[in-house]
Amino acid sequence: MIESWLERKSICICAGSGGVGKTTTSAAIALGMAARGKKVAVLTIDPAKRLAGALGLNELGNEERRVEADVDGELWAMMLDAKRTFDDLIEWHAPDERTRDAVLSNRIYQELSNAVAGSQEYMAMEKLYELHQQGRYDLLVLDTPPTRNALDFIDAPKKLAAFIDSRSLQFFTAPGFLGLKVFGRGAGMLFSVMKRATGIDLLEDLSEFFRSFGDMAAGFRERADGVNRLLADSRTAFVLVTSPSSDAIDEAAFFHHRLLDAGLPFAGIVANRVRPELPPENGAGAELEKMVGGELAAKVLASFEDERRLGARDQANLERLRKRLRRSPMIEIPQLDADVHDLHGLRLMDEYLFG
Amino acid sequence: MENILDRRLVLVMGKGGTGKTTIAAALGLAAARRGRRTVVVEVAEQQRLLGLFGKGARDHDEVQLDRNLFGLSIDPQRAMEEWLRHQLRSGTLAGLLGGSRIFQLLTAAAPGVSELVTMGKIWDLAQLERRTGGSVFDIAIVDAPATGHGLGLISAPGTYARIARAGPVARQAGRIDEFTRDPATTGIIAAALPEEMPVSETLDLEDRLAADDMALDAIVVNGVMPERYKAAEIGVLESLNGRGGPAARAALETALLEHRRAAGQSEQLGRLREEAGAGVSTLPFLFAPALGRPELEELARLLEGQL
Repeated sequence: MIESWLERKSICICAGSGGVGKTTTSAAIALGMAARGKKVAVLTIDPAKRLAGALGLNELGNEERRVEADVDGELWAMMLDAKRTFDDLIEWHAPDERTRDAVLSNRIYQELSNAVAGSQEYMAMEKLYELHQQGRYDLLVLDTPPTRNALDFIDAPKKLAAFIDSRSLQFFTAPGFLGLKVFGRGAGMLFSVMKRATGIDLLEDLSEFFRSFGDMAAGFRERADGVNRLLADSRTAFVLVTSPSSDAIDEAAFFHHRLLDAGLPFAGIVANRVRPELPPENGAGAELEKMVGGELAAKVLASFEDERRLGARDQANLERLRKRLRRSPMIEIPQLDADVHDLHGLRLMDEYLFG
Repeated sequence: MENILDRRLVLVMGKGGTGKTTIAAALGLAAARRGRRTVVVEVAEQQRLLGLFGKGARDHDEVQLDRNLFGLSIDPQRAMEEWLRHQLRSGTLAGLLGGSRIFQLLTAAAPGVSELVTMGKIWDLAQLERRTGGSVFDIAIVDAPATGHGLGLISAPGTYARIARAGPVARQAGRIDEFTRDPATTGIIAAALPEEMPVSETLDLEDRLAADDMALDAIVVNGVMPERYKAAEIGVLESLNGRGGPAARAALETALLEHRRAAGQSEQLGRLREEAGAGVSTLPFLFAPALGRPELEELARLLEGQL
C-alpha cells in the first residue's frame, strides 16, 4: 500500500508524536523501498533517536552510510550532525577564505551552531535540500522529531527568510549602527531600548556576527525559499505515524490539520502497535478449567480479558482518528511479538506496510 | 536519602511517549500531598498535563488543580514579554521593544530564544520571590519536551550566558543556568519504558547529562506489565500447544503473548538497572481505558513510596 503513496515521490517525511515508532517506521519504509529496487537514504534529525541501532549500524555520521542489507536497490542511512552541516554550509557559501574564517571563528556562530535547540531545525532542512539537489537517491526518507518540534522545522526556513528579507538585518549590520539614520528617529529609540535590555556588548557582537556573513545572507535567503518549495512539492509525501493511544491520535489529527493548512502534501497515516480485536471468551474459561485447573484458567482468562479491553480501546481510538481525518488512507501495523529494533523486526513490518 | 520533592525545581525528561506527562502529574499530586505548594508546568503547547486534571484551557497563568496543586502551560510569547518587562523594569519600554518588528523577526529566527525565555519562566516559578509578582510555590515540576529538545531547553540559558558574555542577558541567563545545574535546588527525573529503544535512550540521556556536568536523580519506568505466571505454569500452558477448542486456544495464545512481553520487559528493566547510575523506580502498566483521577492518585502513591 505504501508503495502507491510513494509513487513518483522523491521525499517521504515521517512525522508524529513521541514514542509512536517514527524511527522504526522510517527505517522500515526505506528498507522496503530499497528491497523493491530503489536507491534510498533514510535520515534522522532527532539527536536522540537510535536509527543506527535499528539498522544494525554501530553509529551514524553526518555522511550517509551504506547499510548491509540483502536488497535489490541500495539502502543508505545518516544521522544529522547540525554543527557539521552548518560548518559545511558556511564553507560552501563563503565567497572567500576571509569571510569563511570570520564566520566560523565568530563566538556567536560557534555557540549557536552547537546549540541543540533550534539550529537542528534549520540544518535538517538544509541537509534534506542538499541531498535532494545532489540527486543521488531515488527516495529520501526523513525521520523527524516529535510533532510540535516537527512543526518548528517546517517553519524554520520561513522565519529565516523573513528576517533576512526585512530591514532587520540592515538594522544590525549598519556600521557602528550609524546607519540608524536610514530608519529614522524610531530606530534610534528602539536601539536605546534594546541596548537597555541586552547591553551594548551583545548588540555590538550581534552586529559583528551579522556583518561577518557579508553577502552570504542572500544565498541563505534563496536556499530557504528552495526548502519551502521542496516541502510543498508534489514529489514530497508527508506520512503521519501514530500509535492507537489517545494522546498520539490527538497529535496526529492536529498535525494533519496543520499540514493541510500549510498546503503540504499529505499521503496517509501509519498506525503502529495496534492490538487485535479479540472475540468474547466464549466458553474458553470453562474449557481451560478442565484442562489446567481453576487457578491457572482464571489467570489465563484475566490475561485474555485485559488484552481484549486494550484491543477494543485501540480500535475505538483508530476509528475516532479515521473520522477526524475524513477517511484518509491508513495502514495498521499490529503490535508485534517483540519490540522492533533490528533489520529482522523491520522486515516483519514490511508485510503490513507494503502488503 | 533526601526526598527529591524537597527541591525547588524538578524536571521530568525522557524519550517521547514514555509517560513524562503522567509522571509529572503524579509527582505533582505527591508533592501537594506532602503539603508543598506545587505547580506543574508544561511547555511547547503540549496541553496534556492540565487535561489530566480536567482543565482544558491553555493558560500562561496558573490554574488551581487541587489543594496545594496548581498548573500552567508556558506560552513563549508571554514568557518573552515577562522577560523584557523584568529586564527593562518598564511595561511601556517592554511593549515598545517586544512590539517592534525588527525585534520580533530577530528573536523568531534566532535559535534557542524561545527555550531561553521558557527557562526564564520556569526559573521564576521556582523562586521564593517571584519577579513577575505571581504567587509563590514551594516546588515547580516540569513536563519537559522529548530528550533532544529537553536537553536543548535546559542548555539554552548557558548558551545565551556565553553568547552575551556580559550585561543584563548574561546575568539573567547565568543565574537561571546556575539554578538549574545546582543539585540542591534542581532535580532531574527520566521517564522510561521497559523496552529496548527507550532503555537505550535513557542511558544515552544520562551520559549526555554527565557530559554537561549534570546527573539524573532517578529513573521512573512506566507501563511495567504484571508477571502473572510462575515458570511451571508457563510450562503447563506451553505444553497445551494446539489443544482445545478455538476459544480456549485464542485465550492461551494471548496469555503466552502477554507472558513473552512481560519477560522481554523484565530483561530490559534488568539492563537498565545494571547500566544506569541513577536508581530505578517502576510504575505498573494500567489496563484502565483512560487515565483518570483514581489512576493518577494510585501512581502518586506508588511513586511516593519509591522516591
